[in-house]
Amino acid sequence: MSVAALSTRALDKRFGSLVVARGVELSLPPGARHALIGPNGAGKTTLINLITGMLAPDGGHVFLGGHDVTRLDPDQRVKRGLARTFQINALFPRLSPLEATTLAVCERSGLAARWWRQLGACRVEMDEAYEILRSLGLAPVCHRPTRELPYGQQRLLEIALALATRPRVLLLDEPAAGVPRHESAHLLAAVAGLSADLTVLLIEHDMDLVFRFASRVTVMVGGQVLVEGTPAEIAADPRVAEIYLGGARRG
Amino acid sequence: MTGVGASDDPRRDLASRSRWRGLEGIFWLAALSPFLLFPAHLQLASQVAITALFALSLDLLLGYSGIVSLGHAAFFGIGAYSAGLLAKGGWGEPVSGLVAAAAVAGVAGYAASFIVARVRHLALIMVTLGVGLLVHESANKAHWLTGGADGLQGVRMWPLLGRFKFDLYGYTAYGYSLIVLALAFLVVRRVVNSPFGLSLRGIRENPGRMPALGASSRSHIRTVWAFAAVLAGLAGALLAQTTETVSLATLEFQRSAEILVILILGGAGRLYGGLIGAVIFLVARDRFSGLNPQYWYFWMGLLLVLVVMALPSGILGGLARLAGFWSRARERGPTASGVAPS
Repeated sequence: MSVAALSTRALDKRFGSLVVARGVELSLPPGARHALIGPNGAGKTTLINLITGMLAPDGGHVFLGGHDVTRLDPDQRVKRGLARTFQINALFPRLSPLEATTLAVCERSGLAARWWRQLGACRVEMDEAYEILRSLGLAPVCHRPTRELPYGQQRLLEIALALATRPRVLLLDEPAAGVPRHESAHLLAAVAGLSADLTVLLIEHDMDLVFRFASRVTVMVGGQVLVEGTPAEIAADPRVAEIYLGGARRG
Repeated sequence: MTGVGASDDPRRDLASRSRWRGLEGIFWLAALSPFLLFPAHLQLASQVAITALFALSLDLLLGYSGIVSLGHAAFFGIGAYSAGLLAKGGWGEPVSGLVAAAAVAGVAGYAASFIVARVRHLALIMVTLGVGLLVHESANKAHWLTGGADGLQGVRMWPLLGRFKFDLYGYTAYGYSLIVLALAFLVVRRVVNSPFGLSLRGIRENPGRMPALGASSRSHIRTVWAFAAVLAGLAGALLAQTTETVSLATLEFQRSAEILVILILGGAGRLYGGLIGAVIFLVARDRFSGLNPQYWYFWMGLLLVLVVMALPSGILGGLARLAGFWSRARERGPTASGVAPS
């Protein structure tokens, strides 16, 4: 049996009296396609922040490939192969996609501390960055300032930056959030086209995307795991239907 | 040919950022003109070059890393006092004194960076302000060392490279300051076009995102503080050596504020912004204070308000926008009329 690429054990987090995570247990084998769903305020993004180290848990552990990373800073976790995207774009407005992606590649390769070397001489890094952008269809806009890009392309750039860190585990926080229907096809293709070696945890509201993409689904409610199963099991679970799928969303 | 390359290979576009442009040659040629055209104002020109170097130092922090400092005079003053004390103590050799003073300032900057790399925004402004005040008052109190409010007297410099005496007209002073400025500029130009420089711009654009890319922003910030402090120390040391005196004014808050104004006036984050800002600010001050010695800050205030209102990204930012309009208009021209083979 192989070691889980990413797992959490009994993660707890509270803000004052508000419990945002209680005993959260997740385990993703290498190459998993795992979705995390739940109503607003269920603690999905909080869980991502706990896993990536942007929040410190009150209790419990996070493991990456079997190693306890609970005490590591976010950037050290990235260096160990854990990358994420943000639900709300967190990009570099005045850098071009090529610059931003090259930045990420250089940080990974250790070049970023080199102040005497010229960017123009970093062909390998620029080629790698360009290749990532090209694979996501961003090549035509790769030298425009990020703030001028359409929203859908900015969402793709979020994924490009995460891929530039060469992750083994990728956390996608609502990659399609706010993307208009007619722009989302490219994004869905990008998510579907991720390397099979990559372990992916997807947070998403869009049920079509979840059921098309994921082989396992975890449902969170009120900071706790309600149920975990295959998409078919989740779709058939009456509690899930009541709490999450019920109401006006899917009539 | 020039317009086509960019779309061919965007990677080359990124690499070409560091290519020298014709305007830069004109700028540096113009920097030599005071020797021929304004020989009576070489002392002023030397002040401009020193201030430009100081502004360049702040540009690394503010313009390229998005780090506001209200206490940057601390490192300017540390450089000035180090160079002055060394010469007063009997070692008046300018170049080695300059290097030593810059090293002292760099060490001070690196030490300060361990505090300033922890904070941002308002806290950063307060902490840098505090560091500036601490250093200023320490120098004020250490009368035995610095001469306190009387300033450091008895600084005697040896001739530059054993040949060029520091003359009354400022030939040596300006030549020396200009060469140091040009060398420092070359280094800064390389730094901002390096992978490290790219990471600095990342910190400026979105510091919160950097850790999620695996970047150790704090160590980058510590490095750039040391860099900036070295450059500020160089500028301070130049002032001490070329004027053969050091006063507490090198450490005052007003100097920190003024250099911020100069950089923003010229345009932060553009390398030449601080240089242009220094020329305009010091020449305007020279003219205005001649017209009206008591109230010249009124005119400086007016100039500042006008420039910042009309050109929010500084004089260079405004010029760059103008150049952008012009080149787009020119690009449309040939395609409309067709390019005739000669």
